[in-house]
Amino acid sequence: MSEGKKYFDEMINDGLVRAPYQEYHEWFDKADTKRLAKKSKEAEAFFRRTGITFNVYGDKDQQERLIPFDLVPRIVSNLEWMKLSKGIEQRVRAINAFLHDIYNRQEILRAGRVPIELIANNEAFLPQMMGMSPPGNVYTHIVGTDIVRTGKDNFFVLEDNARTPSGVSYMLENRETMLQMFPELFSKIKVQPVSGYPKNLRRSLAACAPKSCEGKPTVAVLTPGIHNSAYFEHSFLADQMGVELVESQDLRIVNGHVAMRTTQGYKNIDVLYRRVDDDYLDPLNFNPSSMLGVPGIMDVYRAGNITLANAPGTGIADDKAIYSYMPDIVEFYTGEKAILKNVETWRCSEPSSLQYVLDNLADLVVKEVHGSGGYGMLVGPAASKKELANFAKKLKAKPSNYIAQPTLSLSTVPIFTKSGLSERHVDLRPYVLVSPNKIDITPGGLTRVALKQGSLVVNSSQGGGTKDTWVLEE
Amino acid sequence: MLGKTAGGLYWMFRFLERSENIARLVEAGSRIALTRSQDSQTEWKSIITTAAVRKNYSTKYDSFEGSHVVDFLLRDKDNPSSVLSVVENARTNARMVRTALTTEVWEAVNENWMTLKALLKRPIKETDLPFVLGTIRQQSALVRGALHGTMLRNDIYDFARLGTFIERADSTARIIDVKYYTLLPSASFVGSSLDNVQWDMILRSVSAHRSFNWLSENDINASTIAEFLILDARLPRSLAFCTSQVNDNLNFLSENYGKKLKSNNLSDDLRKQLKTPDINEIFEIGLHQFIGDYIRMNNELGMQIEEDYRFNK
Repeated sequence: MSEGKKYFDEMINDGLVRAPYQEYHEWFDKADTKRLAKKSKEAEAFFRRTGITFNVYGDKDQQERLIPFDLVPRIVSNLEWMKLSKGIEQRVRAINAFLHDIYNRQEILRAGRVPIELIANNEAFLPQMMGMSPPGNVYTHIVGTDIVRTGKDNFFVLEDNARTPSGVSYMLENRETMLQMFPELFSKIKVQPVSGYPKNLRRSLAACAPKSCEGKPTVAVLTPGIHNSAYFEHSFLADQMGVELVESQDLRIVNGHVAMRTTQGYKNIDVLYRRVDDDYLDPLNFNPSSMLGVPGIMDVYRAGNITLANAPGTGIADDKAIYSYMPDIVEFYTGEKAILKNVETWRCSEPSSLQYVLDNLADLVVKEVHGSGGYGMLVGPAASKKELANFAKKLKAKPSNYIAQPTLSLSTVPIFTKSGLSERHVDLRPYVLVSPNKIDITPGGLTRVALKQGSLVVNSSQGGGTKDTWVLEE
Repeated sequence: MLGKTAGGLYWMFRFLERSENIARLVEAGSRIALTRSQDSQTEWKSIITTAAVRKNYSTKYDSFEGSHVVDFLLRDKDNPSSVLSVVENARTNARMVRTALTTEVWEAVNENWMTLKALLKRPIKETDLPFVLGTIRQQSALVRGALHGTMLRNDIYDFARLGTFIERADSTARIIDVKYYTLLPSASFVGSSLDNVQWDMILRSVSAHRSFNWLSENDINASTIAEFLILDARLPRSLAFCTSQVNDNLNFLSENYGKKLKSNNLSDDLRKQLKTPDINEIFEIGLHQFIGDYIRMNNELGMQIEEDYRFNK
């Protein structure tokens, strides 16, 4: 690391280009900056034309926005990837075992490894799931594990995202864009493909069909509708898988099955990849005012006539308070030490931790236990005195709603700017597919990048962008 | 295929067709306004009536000033049938049925929306009008081209075509309905400059002024024009053509699904109406009456299609 730098740059370290970036860097050095700037514009036009946009909640005009795309790829060596994917697989196995246990025998609670209050008082815990096993015992059919890096060999899991991780369409479209813009790079550098994801997703979902399903399982994607911020992704995935994209008004329970209204009458669905939150899934069983769900779908589910992906109630596993127990959870169910590290976490529900957090607020990142998307979080070092004081008040009012973590020095990868390469902080979200016999991790994932210099917040809703993520063949 | 998707496709293509038809009407109107200085307000008024937005227009304007009419028809958000509104609706429907469209069709309709939204952002200057109208037609043609060139010929395609032709049939019928008196053999005499202008306008609103000249061999009179627009199956905007396309697509669907439905019967009835050997029989029934019946039946057919194929429930 050069002097004064507190973070690890993945491209250039100690003044030397790191091995995975060698070929790319050579290419970039010779590339014409004007041409690259033009390509960058082209990429934006391409995204607009193909409609890869998202809506921002609370935006009055309902403007569709683009997630900025940076044309410098984030490159991971095969060796690094193998280690990462082994760690992710271990963790995902443990999460599924944990969920099955929590909703059945609850041995981990009996063994005292996870406090019972954490489950009992948790909004993400669904009593409706008690005593049932989803088809193939798969709870988290799709997982997006958020990983951050702080050094050459230091990878941490930041979040497990076991509910409905989004962003995979950007992983796919970013690669498509790069292939179109820089075909010459891909003939020179051997990058592992990501394009198999939709096919694998369909196969993986079909493999989780309920036992009652005869013949080829019918898979569908459930979306809240075109106004949802991730609608593009929902339609993209349905399209790429070749399955129907349904909304609640297309669905009805017919003879104990969930069926969709087609031009020729109602047709049963066997596997529903739902992009609707638990709470809205079934107005009869959960939030009665939901217009997004299907009344009675939980009863069909419990009767074993449909697979819901992900299973309801998986939120208990990616809850930020549970997160701090993850090393124990991995060890409890796999008998192995966790390969991937957890970020040190203070649970504000514990008085001593709360005191520590209040004393060190300016150095910490504080998150809501159930929050996501970067909303409602505090980045201590970036906050003003007033913001800190206000947040301290919120913390004291409801400590159990928060956890705190040290401000990590996230690694950087350069982005392309008018004045050349410039380092920005990144994270990584690989996508994991779980079926009864297989855990399949797409080599790569979504690299999110904080576009503001020095910023550590990578969420697209907070001004983050994305990069194509390359895992090299060898 | 989902009923909702079928409905989305049907409406997407109705809206696209409408954007094109409105552009044609404005084109015909601005032409007549240029060639005749007097009474252009009457012509603009008839265009507003043809576009079926009279009531809505009157809440906003008292007179039929050309610039108001053009603005209202092309870019007024309060007018659900303005080009800007329907292009946006078409795109919203396309988003809804994204999985049923090829990438090329989706991109074409998305680009159509982006282009026209930018183009219609500010009031249109008179000098820019031809360019704007040309762009509207061109964008619509791009979507159609992508549809023909890339989509599977299955039920998805059938619903897209149904939307196109139900809308087009309605549009042509309205053009005739509003101007029917100029097409009556009794009400016109050959060669009157008034009629020539009126006929020209009618033909222009269906982009058929040139093809008519070719076919009619200069035998221009009211009944040949009426016959052309109503019964000539060679003209892609005639009632006979539209209705036979609707009929074909409904037949494809019923073959495909193995079921004959109410809409098939209604469409057969409508087709029979146009089997009249020549235009004089229609004049005997009364042109106004005939067209009125046609519009109503076409409309009912549209609603029956929505019901038969479960667009909404």
